[in-house]
Amino acid sequence: MSERVAVRKTYKLFIGGKFPRSESGRSYLVQDSNVSLASRKDARDAVVAARAAVKGWAGATAYNRGQILYRVAEMLEGRREQFVALGVPADEVDAAIDRWVWYAGWSDKLPQVYGGANPVAGPYFNLSAPEPTGVVAVVAPEAPALLGLVSVIAPAIVTGNTVVVAASPAAPLAAVTLAEVLATSDLPGGVVNILTGKLTETVPTLASHMDVNAIDLTGVTDAELATELEVKAAENLKRVLRPAPADHDWSADPGVTRMTVLLETKTVWHPKGV
Amino acid sequence: MFEYAPAPESRAIVDLRPSYGLFVDGEFVDPTDGGSFKSINPASEEVLAEVAEGGSADVDRAVRAARRAYEQVWGPMPGRDRAKYLFRIARLIQERSRELAVLESLDNGKPIRESRDVDLPLVAAHFFYYAGWADKLEHAGFGANPKALGVAAQVIPWNFPLLMLAWKIAPALAAGNTVVLKPAETTPLTALLFAEICQQADLPAGVVNIVTGAGETGRTLVEHPGVDKVAFTGSTGVGKAIARAVAGTRKKLTLELGGKAANIVFDDAPVDQAVEGIVNGIFFNQGHVCCAGSRLLVQESVAEQVLESLKRRMARLRVGDPLDKNTDIGAINSAAQLARITELSDAGAAEGAERWSPACELPERGFWFAPTIFTGVTQAHRIAREEIFGPVLSVLTFRTPAEAVEKANNTPYGLSAGIWTDKGSRILWMADRLRAGVVWANTFNKFDPTSPFGGYKESGYGREGGRQGLEAYLNV
Amino acid sequence: MTATATSARSDLSELGRSETALRTFLHGLPGVDQVGAEQRAAQLGTRSIKTTAKAEAIDLAIRMVDLTTLEGADTPGKVRALAAKALRPDPADPSCPHVGAVCVYPAMVPYVAEVLAGSGVHLASVATAFPSGQAPLEIKLTDVRAAVEAGADEIDMVINRGAFLAGRYSEVYDEIVATKEACGDAHLKVILETGELATYDNVRRASWLAMLAGGDFIKTSTGKVPVAATLPVTLVMLEAVRDFRAATGRQVGVKPAGGIKNTKDAIKYLVMVNETVGPDWLDPDWFRFGASSLLNDLLMQRTKLTTGVYAGPDYFTLD
Repeated sequence: MSERVAVRKTYKLFIGGKFPRSESGRSYLVQDSNVSLASRKDARDAVVAARAAVKGWAGATAYNRGQILYRVAEMLEGRREQFVALGVPADEVDAAIDRWVWYAGWSDKLPQVYGGANPVAGPYFNLSAPEPTGVVAVVAPEAPALLGLVSVIAPAIVTGNTVVVAASPAAPLAAVTLAEVLATSDLPGGVVNILTGKLTETVPTLASHMDVNAIDLTGVTDAELATELEVKAAENLKRVLRPAPADHDWSADPGVTRMTVLLETKTVWHPKGV
Repeated sequence: MFEYAPAPESRAIVDLRPSYGLFVDGEFVDPTDGGSFKSINPASEEVLAEVAEGGSADVDRAVRAARRAYEQVWGPMPGRDRAKYLFRIARLIQERSRELAVLESLDNGKPIRESRDVDLPLVAAHFFYYAGWADKLEHAGFGANPKALGVAAQVIPWNFPLLMLAWKIAPALAAGNTVVLKPAETTPLTALLFAEICQQADLPAGVVNIVTGAGETGRTLVEHPGVDKVAFTGSTGVGKAIARAVAGTRKKLTLELGGKAANIVFDDAPVDQAVEGIVNGIFFNQGHVCCAGSRLLVQESVAEQVLESLKRRMARLRVGDPLDKNTDIGAINSAAQLARITELSDAGAAEGAERWSPACELPERGFWFAPTIFTGVTQAHRIAREEIFGPVLSVLTFRTPAEAVEKANNTPYGLSAGIWTDKGSRILWMADRLRAGVVWANTFNKFDPTSPFGGYKESGYGREGGRQGLEAYLNV
Repeated sequence: MTATATSARSDLSELGRSETALRTFLHGLPGVDQVGAEQRAAQLGTRSIKTTAKAEAIDLAIRMVDLTTLEGADTPGKVRALAAKALRPDPADPSCPHVGAVCVYPAMVPYVAEVLAGSGVHLASVATAFPSGQAPLEIKLTDVRAAVEAGADEIDMVINRGAFLAGRYSEVYDEIVATKEACGDAHLKVILETGELATYDNVRRASWLAMLAGGDFIKTSTGKVPVAATLPVTLVMLEAVRDFRAATGRQVGVKPAGGIKNTKDAIKYLVMVNETVGPDWLDPDWFRFGASSLLNDLLMQRTKLTTGVYAGPDYFTLD
């Protein structure tokens, strides 16, 4: 008997719920695989997909979004070994699963914690509620490949934003594999879009894109690039989350800032009368 | 005809010095570079006072004073004591409110009715509100031990000079920061009077520094490396420049910028109150309001009726001497702003919109613009897209709620919106869909220190007011 | 007059024939937001009326006063004295104008009529089982006819608030129509008793109902319930007469009554008239104050303006 020839996986982009190759037809060799080398056009396509998904995702009930994030945790748990096989430490996979669970629970609590009634000095009903800012461009941290990625995607989408993520260029396989998890978790297409390739190729396009509402520069390690991206982001006043310090502890309690920085507070007034 | 006799508020209560230095480290000092500029009364073009123009050495001196005060006094001070200073300031403002109101109207051109009944009460309330937070920060929901940022650079506009100062300084100080504030060059005087109030309150030196000057002074302040926080209220253009300037720094930034708010009137609106709301929305403070309801979206089925009522109401607006207690619309703040309003209005007429103003006699001296509406405006007109920042209303129509939302959101801005309808569920449906930081339903232009204010999209980021307003000055 | 306005007029005159049509119309009027209306009224109250404007306002207010006494203890002597005061409010100053009208109970009308004859001061009588209106229609109409016969040229009727609040608009309408008919040439003021109507929406509907039924004036209150005239209620009524004239071409007057005690209050009302409906209503034919103690305060303020010295109550007649 000859040994069975394995079926290898093609690692592609994740845009609008589908797995296209880069429209440029390019790939690069990383982690012993050919991974799609996303182009500027792919980045723009991803933004279009993310924008199209905003209405449905932001308009979904918080309960629904919470359940879907929890479903992601379930799916990830089921594929635990797959990530381990990619070289992700088992305890990191566990931590990533737990992080989905943690954020899942925030969907219907953050508006209660972060918004509320304001006791204005007049005969008015006055209520502040957080709303998603819209499309968020995210530069995932280089490492840890899975926990870092989950730690930037989950807080952005739990509140109703959609994201275009530039995956770690050096360790993109966890990102593409996570995309497969997301694709099987009832997450509507376009809510998370993942680009692999060079940051310098995709991220400037995202930073200057006028239909992107915020940018999370967490994974940008080059200070000059970070500044350049922040300058580009100013053109339509994107909300900016600056790069994380190199020694950031991804296993620590993440707090709520990653969620709140991508939220808008809307305050509604109405007179009280008969 | 019932003609109201002139009812001028006395300006004797204001004791202006001929010239003012910079307020640095608790004292008024002469600028190092020695420059100065004149602040004039826009209603008469009379010079009110000569004011120092801060140069880079002055900004540096102020930032260093603020740093010292932050490290040595204000930072280490228990919150309960910071609170007491802020309460003291709130009380001093109440005690001197008439003086401040008159000076505000003199320097800004806004009617005394507004500076007296709107600006000053809100200024005092804002200090009173944030005073109470100073010793409760650990309960504000930002973690067990929220920390101040350090030195805040604050640049404010000329439309609500003292109120914008309050929105900036009160939360900054409550959170434990010290500040260097630059007032607008056309309206520096109430900030300087506020500096005297800080002295009267025995506020430790360096906690509040006021550096007067124009755009260049502001730029120097914002770019100063010793600053940890930048807060700006003003135009979207300058806001973007500041966002670029702080890129790559540690400086936390909040921006409260322009707007082009839709004020949406449905056919079932309480029409008399809606008309008041339209008038208040666009003619309050001569329309020099970032959240002004500058686009009236009126349902086609009632457009004619609403416009007729609006015109009748506009004919009652009293334009003139800001210090007259019966004035509804005062002077345009500056010649430059008047030129901008004139230019955009002319563009509206040239683009084919129909222009209407009530008959009104404008004073000869000073800067004036009659309340104006444009009908037949479409989304493509410049006057429907660009912020005019003056008493000019663009009127558009819509047919369905969905169309109203679409038109309202069809702008790079997202500061505020108005909805007028008697149907509760429609209000909530609309409010959900409007991309704006403040939604006024069956009211407009209401403000309160407990109520967060700030924009979506190019109207800026961060919120002022409420618990959210504290976040801008804490390391969270 | 446009074609639309003409047809609107005839449509409106048909409304009284059908309870459903009347209800549909009244409930189709735009709502009133309480907070907004009260803020607008308060804002108008901040107008500062000084010097010449104040002098003009005071004289106008005096001419608009319906000098009123509606007490069980009223006697011929009391009402004659009141009528004398109406003619010459300030005996020391012949330039002081006379008031708009004297307002009394029907039984007092003949005594007042003697004094006022030929003076130009109107004689108003409350009628229709004032203040409750809780009497059979025929008795109410008899009340009206008697007052007119005795010399009243203005009748202040009360609407049936019970019927209004129960939604029986036709009943209220028909009563006003019948009363108007009983008035003959006398002007009919329709008292809405806004303190009992509870909401501004009701005030607006009742105003329209009264105007549709033929009322010449709409009046806030009897003065016999705790809440009488207020600025916001009057604002809503002024908006109603303004809109009614725009729809029908017919001008209707407004009379706030009760609770207007001093010059400052009266001037606030005049400012509101001026800025809501305009100068067409700034005339005793179209705006009145139902008041008693107001007059003396107006006189005191008037004297202050002419002499520069604050007067005291001892210098003005108490009637």
